[in-house]
Amino acid sequence: MADDIIRTEGLSKVFPGGRPVGGRPASPEVVAVDNLDLTVRRGEIYGLLGPNGAGKSTTIGMLTTRVTPTSGQAYIGGVDVVAKPAIAKQVIGVVPQTNTLDRALTVVENLELHGRYFGMRPAAARVAAFEMLERVRLADRAGAPVASLSGGMAQRLMVARAIMHRPQMLFLDEPTAGLDPQSRIALWEILQEFHADGQTILLTTHYMEEADQLCSRVAIMDHGRILALDTPAGLKRSVGADTIVRVSADGGNLDVLAAHLVDAVAEATSAKVIDGAVQLDTHKTAGLLPRIIDASEQVGYQVTDLSVTEPTLETVFINLTGKELRE
Amino acid sequence: MTATAALPPTHALAEARPASQAYRSAFIALLARDVIVVRKQWKSFIVRTLMQPLLLVFVFTYVFPKIGQGIGGTANADQFSTLLVAGVLGLAIMFQGIQAVALPLVQEFGYSKEIEDRVLAPLPVEMVAIQKIVSGVIQGLIAAVLVFPIAAIVPATPVHLHINWLLLLTVAPLAGWVASALGLALGTTFPPTQVPLLFSVIVMPLTFLGAVYFPWSHLESIRWLQIITLLDPLVYMNEGFRASVTTTPHMSLWAVYGGMIFFATLFTVVGVRNFRGKVIS
Repeated sequence: MADDIIRTEGLSKVFPGGRPVGGRPASPEVVAVDNLDLTVRRGEIYGLLGPNGAGKSTTIGMLTTRVTPTSGQAYIGGVDVVAKPAIAKQVIGVVPQTNTLDRALTVVENLELHGRYFGMRPAAARVAAFEMLERVRLADRAGAPVASLSGGMAQRLMVARAIMHRPQMLFLDEPTAGLDPQSRIALWEILQEFHADGQTILLTTHYMEEADQLCSRVAIMDHGRILALDTPAGLKRSVGADTIVRVSADGGNLDVLAAHLVDAVAEATSAKVIDGAVQLDTHKTAGLLPRIIDASEQVGYQVTDLSVTEPTLETVFINLTGKELRE
Repeated sequence: MTATAALPPTHALAEARPASQAYRSAFIALLARDVIVVRKQWKSFIVRTLMQPLLLVFVFTYVFPKIGQGIGGTANADQFSTLLVAGVLGLAIMFQGIQAVALPLVQEFGYSKEIEDRVLAPLPVEMVAIQKIVSGVIQGLIAAVLVFPIAAIVPATPVHLHINWLLLLTVAPLAGWVASALGLALGTTFPPTQVPLLFSVIVMPLTFLGAVYFPWSHLESIRWLQIITLLDPLVYMNEGFRASVTTTPHMSLWAVYGGMIFFATLFTVVGVRNFRGKVIS
C-alpha cells in the first residue's frame, strides 16, 4: 500500500550460540525475532509492547541498519534497509536506549552538527537547531554542555536530534525507561506534538500506560513474534470483559477456585491464576463482588483481598501469554 | 506527504538523496565536527602535542650536552640533535594516532556510546571509520608542524637540517595514515579497562624501539633487534623523516615507503573490520 511507510516480510534474527568457554557449555542460539511481518502506516504512532527480551530492540535494530537480519526483508519509505542501509539512514531518525549525545559539544551544537551530517548547510542547520530547541523546551540550555542535562532533558534533546532532519520515520527504543513520571509526561507531550505535525513514529516500550496513551496501534510482542495487533481500545475489547477482578484467597489450590468461579459467577468469561491470585474476566453487574466471595466460601476458600480494574493492555498481555509484562 | 504546515519549509520530510552526494556531505560534516572539537579544546591539544617532544628534546639535546653527559659521546652531540629531529616528528604523529583516534574511540565505544549516533549518519559505517583516520591524519600533520620548530630550536648544539620537500610532503601524510590507522585498530580492539595495557604493551615498545633515538642502520651490531624492529611501523616513519629533513643515514626509501604503505593498509583493513564488527550485529 502506498500509505505504508514500513513493511517487513519474514524478518528474522537468530543470534548464534556461544562456543563452549572453559568449563561452560556452549550457549544455545537465540531466535530474537521470528518471521516478523510488520506494517507501519504513514502518520501513526506504532508501539511494540512486550517484556524485556521480547525482540523489540532487535526489531528496531534491524529497521535502523544496526542489526543485520538473518532472513527476510525490510523497507522504509520504499528503501530496502537490508540492501541499502546507508541510503535508508537518510530517511530515519533514531532515539536509542542509552544517552549517545556528543559530550564534546554543547546542546545546540549537537543538533547543528547532526543537521550537517544529514546535508543541511551550516547556517540552515543553526537556525533549525534553535527552532528545535524551542520545540523541546531546551532553548535556555542552548550553550550548556550536554553533561549538565538531566535525564529527561537529555532524552528530549535526543528526540530533537533524531527529528532534526525531518525523517520519514522516527524510532524510539524504550524512550521513557528510567525517567521520572514528570519527565515521562513531558516527553509524551512532545512526541504527541510531533505526531500532530505528521511525524510517523515507531516506539518500543514495556510500559503499558505508554503504549495505551501514546500509540495509534499497538503490537504485543513476545518471544520474537507479534501476538496481537490493534488499537489500544481494540486490544482491550478483545479481552471480552469490561471488568477484571483479582481474587486473593486462602484455603487450597487456586486453579480449582478459578475453575469453580467461572462456573459459579454467571458474568465471568474466563479465569486463570496469575501471580498468586485468581484473575476473573467478567462484566460489571450489581452485587458482583459479594457473589464472588460467597461462591469462594461455598467451596471452602477464605477471600483475603479483592481488586477491581478495567481491562488494560497488561490484561491483554496476560491473556495472550499467561504471564505479566514486568517479570 | 502528510501535513507539515506547522514546521518551517526547511523541514520538509527527508527524501533519500543520491548516495554520492549524501555520503560526501556526511563525511565532510563528520570532519567538521572533529575540527570544532579540536578548536574548542585547542589548549589541551597544544599541551598534549608539545609536552612530550619538548621534554624529550630539552633533556636529550639541551641538558645532556650542557652537563657533559652527551648521548653517543659529547663529540657527536650535533649529530644526535639532528637525528632526533626526525624521531620527534615521527613520535608526535604516532602519539596523535593514539590520542586523537584510539583513546576517543575507546571512550565512545566503552562509556559514552557516542559512536552509536555517528554510525547513524547517512553514509556507510566503513566511511565513518575512514573519517576517523582522515581526522587523525589532519591532527597528526598539525602536530608535526607544531613540533618541528621545537626540535630545531631547543637543542644546545646546532641542528643540521637538509629538507627534501618532495620526500617530506609524501612521508608526512603517509606517516599520519600509519599512525591514525593504528589508532583505529587499537581503539576498536581495547576496552576502556585495558587502556593501561595498551600503553605498556603497545605504545611503549613501539616508541622506545621505533628508531626515535637512533637510526635503524645503527642497530646492525645487535642484529636480532634490528630484525625485530622491522615489525615496528614507527621505524619506517622515523627513517622516512630522517631521509626527508636530514642527511643522517637512513633506510632505503623503498623500504620506507613500502613499510609505511604495508602497515597503513594492514591497520586500515583491521581497524575498519573491527569497527564494523562493533557497530553492526
